[in-house]
Amino acid sequence: MLLADAATQAAAGWSWNPLTDIDLMWSYPFMVNAFRAGTVIAVLAAAVGWFVVLRRQTFAAHTLALVGFPGASGAVLLGISAGIGYFAFCVTAAVVLALLPRAGGLRGPGGSPGGSHEGEESALTGTVQAFLLACGFLFVALYKGFLGGVNALLFGSFLGITDSQVTLLAAVAVVVLAVLAAIGRPLLFASVDEAVARARGVRTKLLSTAFLMLLGAATAEASQITGSLLVFALLVMPAATAQVLSPRPAVSLLLAVVIALAVTWLGLTAACFSVYPVGFYVTTFAFGAYVLAKLATQARPILRRAVTA
Amino acid sequence: MTLTIPAQSRTPVGEPVLELRDATMRVAGRTLWSGVRLDLGAAEFTAVLGPNGVGKSTLLKAVLGLQPLASGEIRILGAPPGQSGPRVGYLPQRRSFDANLRIRGTDIVGLGLDGDRWGVPFPRPARFSAKRRAARARIAEVIELVGATAYADRPIGQCSGGEQQRLLIAQALVRRPELLLLDEPLDSLDLPNQAAVAALIGRICREEGLSVVMVAHDVNPILAYLDRVVYLAEGGAATGTPQQVITSETLTRLYGTPVEVLRTSDGRLVVVGTPEPPARHTDRHDASAAPEGTGHAAG
Ligand SMILES: Nc1ncnc2c1ncn2[C@@H]1O[C@H](COP(=O)(O)OP(=O)(O)OP(=O)(O)O)[C@@H](O)[C@H]1O
Ligand SMILES: [Mg+2]
Repeated sequence: MLLADAATQAAAGWSWNPLTDIDLMWSYPFMVNAFRAGTVIAVLAAAVGWFVVLRRQTFAAHTLALVGFPGASGAVLLGISAGIGYFAFCVTAAVVLALLPRAGGLRGPGGSPGGSHEGEESALTGTVQAFLLACGFLFVALYKGFLGGVNALLFGSFLGITDSQVTLLAAVAVVVLAVLAAIGRPLLFASVDEAVARARGVRTKLLSTAFLMLLGAATAEASQITGSLLVFALLVMPAATAQVLSPRPAVSLLLAVVIALAVTWLGLTAACFSVYPVGFYVTTFAFGAYVLAKLATQARPILRRAVTA
Repeated sequence: MTLTIPAQSRTPVGEPVLELRDATMRVAGRTLWSGVRLDLGAAEFTAVLGPNGVGKSTLLKAVLGLQPLASGEIRILGAPPGQSGPRVGYLPQRRSFDANLRIRGTDIVGLGLDGDRWGVPFPRPARFSAKRRAARARIAEVIELVGATAYADRPIGQCSGGEQQRLLIAQALVRRPELLLLDEPLDSLDLPNQAAVAALIGRICREEGLSVVMVAHDVNPILAYLDRVVYLAEGGAATGTPQQVITSETLTRLYGTPVEVLRTSDGRLVVVGTPEPPARHTDRHDASAAPEGTGHAAG
């Protein structure tokens, strides 16, 4: 089902006239839905990812993403939509991570003295990750004739997104963004300065648990465009790029959303007019943006020196 | 073992800002300190001294309500610990931000102002809100006060340890607290900066009527500004004025082994012979390197 429209994909031709190209692209209903879903996912992933980067929780994000794969393949095996599988597994895994002492936990400034303890936690998480990945592979193998779908689940696909899936994605995104907007400031405080935040009465444990749930939902959404292995393309790369570009919270959060939208739209367009997968394009564009941002910040002092000299 | 020496109050005080009544702390079955009695009035400056691991940081956590006492009582601003919110400013021990943390110093200070309130993590533009303008002015004012204006707009991860420390002091001060709890704020500073920050805190304490409790390893940079000293030792504590507590006699009784307090010709105190190694007052610098402004001891 995921690859139902694969033939249509190759049929589209690139004309170098943006207007006719976009017209052509959007004449396919599945493409319109891909853009709708991509837009929702990009905004959500960038906003949640901004906190992930700030809180150095990329390992937790990666864990949640990998857990999504057996969820999605298991759902397909059972005949349910892969999206449901992503949500169920990612959010459940987030709850488990929150319950594990310190796993996915935050470090305050200066780090915690329990470094070796955290190392043990991450070794445990890594072990479970590998096992779940293997389970996902088993589910795919059990579902005969679905092997092409492995690519879609691991590396992303934009095909066959239905109206109801878009609605579900949007509804979840609205809830997650609303909660994030409500807890944003104390979450930022707890993220950069946990000890002081706690002394000031901020419920840091509660916030970190709540954030893991939001992260679970955002990871489940991002997986549906980029696949389980490439979620960082939307979850981490735009936010990391934005934080390189500006140390102002408002500016970098806005930049993260803009970058995520840009790479998603460009990636979908590129994938529509070529035979290569969307996950590759989105990731490549996001990576390109990061490299450019890094180069720009490296070049800035050199340029300034050149101007003053 | 407890020695309590009544401190003469310099300022007229109504209700004490901080009161410890025979406070005893036990962690993991071990008594860290016991019988700590302290009455801290408005605009008074107290140092918490003692060797590593004796429980100085834990004392501040108890005052904040983050760590319960085994026995005794703490009253802070007329209430039990943990209920005073922004009326207490806190600077935890030895923190440095991750070098890659891309948040400006100004934002860190701003979080001290409103970081505990719900809402989106950044303010509406100042030009649309008078409240927001006032907040911005307060943040700029407090950054100016600690002398951090030059680097407040840099990402905090790229500031030096001392610069971060000043910004964190600004963060602790931004809500105009009545009590300031500082855990080794002079730790990552060089000698001139230790003297400067000590003078700054001493001045704010006096001018803004702020009470300060500062954990320190070296009493000398702050000696000139101190009203009170809490000296912690394994199992016990001594409180009083510096002249009363930092003496060979009191510390010998507190530790139960001969301890000698020497006064250098420029008024600095050197404590020799405290049981736990290393004797912290002597390991940082020698007498010839005394910073300016600490040349006269209290008294
Ligand atoms: N929650 C806790 N559980 C178990 N032990 C604890 C706890 N908190 C503190 N301790 C122990 O209590 C002792 C005092 O710790 P604390 O950090 O207060 O010392 P300190 O006087 O501030 O030392 P330093 O000068 O090194 O900062 C240490 O031995 C520490 O290991
Ligand atoms: Mg300490």
